[in-house]
Amino acid sequence: MSLILPYAREDAGQPPSLHPGYASTVARSPRQPLVEIPHTLTETTGPAGCWDSLMGGALADLTTQHKGTPQGQRIIVSGRVLDENGRPVPNTVMEIWQANAAGRYIHKKDQWDAPLDPNFTGAGRVVTDAEGRYRYVTVRPGAYPWGNHHNAWRPSHIHLSLLGPAFATRLVTQMYFPDDPLIEIDPIANAVPTPFRQRMVSRFDLATTQPNWALGYLFDVVLRGREATPPDTEHGEDDHDD
Amino acid sequence: MTTDPVNPAPRLDNQDPALFGQTPSQTVGPFFHYGLPWKGGADLVGQSDMGARPELFPEEHYVLNRSPPRGAVGGETIVLEGVVYDAEGKPVPDAMIEIWQANAAGRYASPDDDRPDVPLDEGFIGFGRAATDENGLYRFRTVRPGPVPGPGNRLQAPHIAVGVFGRGLIKRLATRIYFEDAAENDADPILALVPAERRDTLVARKGRNDAWRFDIILQGERETVFFDV
Repeated sequence: MSLILPYAREDAGQPPSLHPGYASTVARSPRQPLVEIPHTLTETTGPAGCWDSLMGGALADLTTQHKGTPQGQRIIVSGRVLDENGRPVPNTVMEIWQANAAGRYIHKKDQWDAPLDPNFTGAGRVVTDAEGRYRYVTVRPGAYPWGNHHNAWRPSHIHLSLLGPAFATRLVTQMYFPDDPLIEIDPIANAVPTPFRQRMVSRFDLATTQPNWALGYLFDVVLRGREATPPDTEHGEDDHDD
Repeated sequence: MTTDPVNPAPRLDNQDPALFGQTPSQTVGPFFHYGLPWKGGADLVGQSDMGARPELFPEEHYVLNRSPPRGAVGGETIVLEGVVYDAEGKPVPDAMIEIWQANAAGRYASPDDDRPDVPLDEGFIGFGRAATDENGLYRFRTVRPGPVPGPGNRLQAPHIAVGVFGRGLIKRLATRIYFEDAAENDADPILALVPAERRDTLVARKGRNDAWRFDIILQGERETVFFDV
């Protein structure tokens, strides 16, 4: 049978499921302790290289999906998907979705009184290259109010969804923008303890910025990696021919 | 972190090597339907539109996949369905369920399952995604998985790995679906780690229209067992 190389568990930067400041976690987070299980083939495997059959083909430019150009500040977001050991995660899918430049989602349940943009859907997906690199073009999403508490506003953010190589590496997160004063008062971002919250804040980058065209931001995504110490095994490297 | 008022230090951010580590999880929020669950995402064996909620956004903004064609899939086709409930027993209409499973022979379609003696199915990936509907109901069509290896060279009972996402879920909740009529359950090494009185929250039962029923209770009485994986 296959040798199981387990993945590392959550590090100190992961948020708890219950964060009362984000009100809807109160009735939707478990109260019983999680049951820790060893990683088996179930947790160390995942779909690979079949993204077109699952999510569909790549859609890396969110500004050219419709007849006209969307409103707002055009931006380029690029970076790498790595594991926590610093190794690139190649050929893995990243799905993205976001509000438009006014902070309005195309979703029918978004009732905020900001304009929809017929030229902007706000959804796309990219697959990392052999070095784990990705790049997409979009517009900077706007901030928007929400009903969590009085005068609550979400900071500008882009939703990211990654599978990585295994069930254990699944990650959904949000990318924030530098110098956004709303991050510090956002209960969702603040579910993540400092300083780890800052891992979700992208960096403006002049080298990624294209003259007369689009501002550039860097954002690396770090997925869980294999445990640094291999598990105890009776089949060492020196007895492979027995 | 210190701040020099004359020359402020740059704020810590994603690119700072001192902060390098796992990217923190965040909720999918309530508006993921035009970005994640595609038509056919919940139909692992056929070509239906199961899984998506296209009524939640205008058709011209549907940029997700459309029911890709499938190859031949061996084994017993099953329907798997259930309702996601919150602590008050209210259905959760803005959750999303993902499943990952082996094929009927017990092989994962993954490079990390490299057992050449267990066959793959050309048309079966084993990954599915379904949004819950306005009544909190999710539904998949798939095949009943075969047993797969577990710790200590013991076989695991047939099971499906499940991830639960949604508004109010800051991070994925992971659980497993086992099948009530499987004789292997009693010897399953993962079920054995679960307190005996809670094991039945991981077991799907035959329900209406011959579907396997697996409700997911996020909190409270009969709270589903969630795993630290």
